[in-house]
Amino acid sequence: MERALKPVIEVKNVNKSFGENHVLRDFSMEVVPGENLVILGKSGSGKSVLIKCIIKLMQPDSGQIVVLDEDINGLDQEELDKLRAKVGFLFQSNALYDSMTVRENLEFPLRIHWTKEEREKNAESAVLEALEDVGLLHTVNMMPSELSGGMRKRIALARALILKPSVILYDEPTTGLDPITAREISELMVSMQKKYNATSVIISHDMNCIRITSNRVIMLIEGRRYADDTYENLRLSKDPKIREFFD
Amino acid sequence: MKVKIPNIEKNQFLDEIGDIARFTARFFREVSKPKQEYREFINQCFSIGYKTLTLVGVTAFIMGLVLTIQSRPTLVEFGAESYLPSMVSVSLIREIAPVITALICAGKIGSGMGAELGSMRVTEQIDAMEVSGTNPFKYLVVTRVMAATLMVPVLSSLANAISLYGGYLGVNIRGQVSWHLYWFQVFGVLDFSDMLPSLIKTFFFGFAIGIIGTYKGYNSTKGTEGVGRSATTAVIVASLLVFIIDLIAVQITDILGLT
Repeated sequence: MERALKPVIEVKNVNKSFGENHVLRDFSMEVVPGENLVILGKSGSGKSVLIKCIIKLMQPDSGQIVVLDEDINGLDQEELDKLRAKVGFLFQSNALYDSMTVRENLEFPLRIHWTKEEREKNAESAVLEALEDVGLLHTVNMMPSELSGGMRKRIALARALILKPSVILYDEPTTGLDPITAREISELMVSMQKKYNATSVIISHDMNCIRITSNRVIMLIEGRRYADDTYENLRLSKDPKIREFFD
Repeated sequence: MKVKIPNIEKNQFLDEIGDIARFTARFFREVSKPKQEYREFINQCFSIGYKTLTLVGVTAFIMGLVLTIQSRPTLVEFGAESYLPSMVSVSLIREIAPVITALICAGKIGSGMGAELGSMRVTEQIDAMEVSGTNPFKYLVVTRVMAATLMVPVLSSLANAISLYGGYLGVNIRGQVSWHLYWFQVFGVLDFSDMLPSLIKTFFFGFAIGIIGTYKGYNSTKGTEGVGRSATTAVIVASLLVFIIDLIAVQITDILGLT
């Protein structure tokens, strides 16, 4: 039982500053397998910095981050690339490559992590399966500029999932989307999490998205873990700082 | 009156030079590592070379034509009209065609790289590349710098040929020089020491344009405003570097006795 609950992600006493601006202050958290953890906080509270530290797009000033039993500070580039293959990342801006078609966007992560033989044999089916998962099979030869905001988000999700990662990190997945599309994306995240049995860390301040996707919510205020509970318990809280998010 | 330059500006300038030097050192480190992105390199060669050819060609043709037309009256005044093809060819091959080609490339390629990579930076595409396990520096910077280093000399050589053809038409607007005589005079005066230094310096022009364009784009910040600034400063700095490299090249050829 203890082994099954071993954290997939451990963040221990992490600090990160930009000049005088202390974004993360002695922040710690654990994420267990299969969990959908939401980090909630105001804009500029350090949510995106935290998620970028987890995938080592940013380096914390101090503290330790362990992902899938690997201390990311001790990894060389090759080891880090191997770890990153097990972690999907959905960027806030989608980060689809403008100069590539949808197919090329989805094939891009495969070129490093699969051999040439594997790519020749399985890339086509992997791309089509990922597009089918997000319901956009017909867009395979389209350019990102031809897609709507919601479609781009789905394609970005398909790209994040193409290597069938054990952990998926979502950076504000519903920002900039209309409420209906945002709900569809939230439901899609839940169904993908179930299909791939992945662990998710979701950065968001969209309360609908949090309600649909979360098992647990960590509230980040001024770089510190202010609250850590389920969505329902937080919703019923009388703490004025927590109520600000629900009222 | 003595103008006092604020320290902050001096520091920023020196910081920028230091950053460019570090960026260039990283380029050489990444180039020396195995597994290069050959496919992207070919794409960039096509993008830089083929797509700039029309602009360079038209400019080179006009340059040769105009230089010939403008030079004629002065030579006529000294009774040296027959030296027109020789004078035009030396001017074009040694200096004008390589420098003008490099300036066009600094404008088109430098700004293109600055804007493209800057846009990729601010829309997190470079981060996405890194997360997917691809080395973005190798994929985006090394390929583009290598392509620019290779294609600017090719474009410059083509510009040499096209501008000389423009010169031929320029000579024949007022005078009458046969096709064979024109080329005989052109190549009669051109020497190995005219063409080789001119070709070698274009490799440095291409390298400088590539490094500055990618440096500005790769380190772009502050959203769309930053992208615009990256593109603009890439053109300004690359153009300035073209002139500085040209100045150094002239000094070196002079010291080596190749003038």
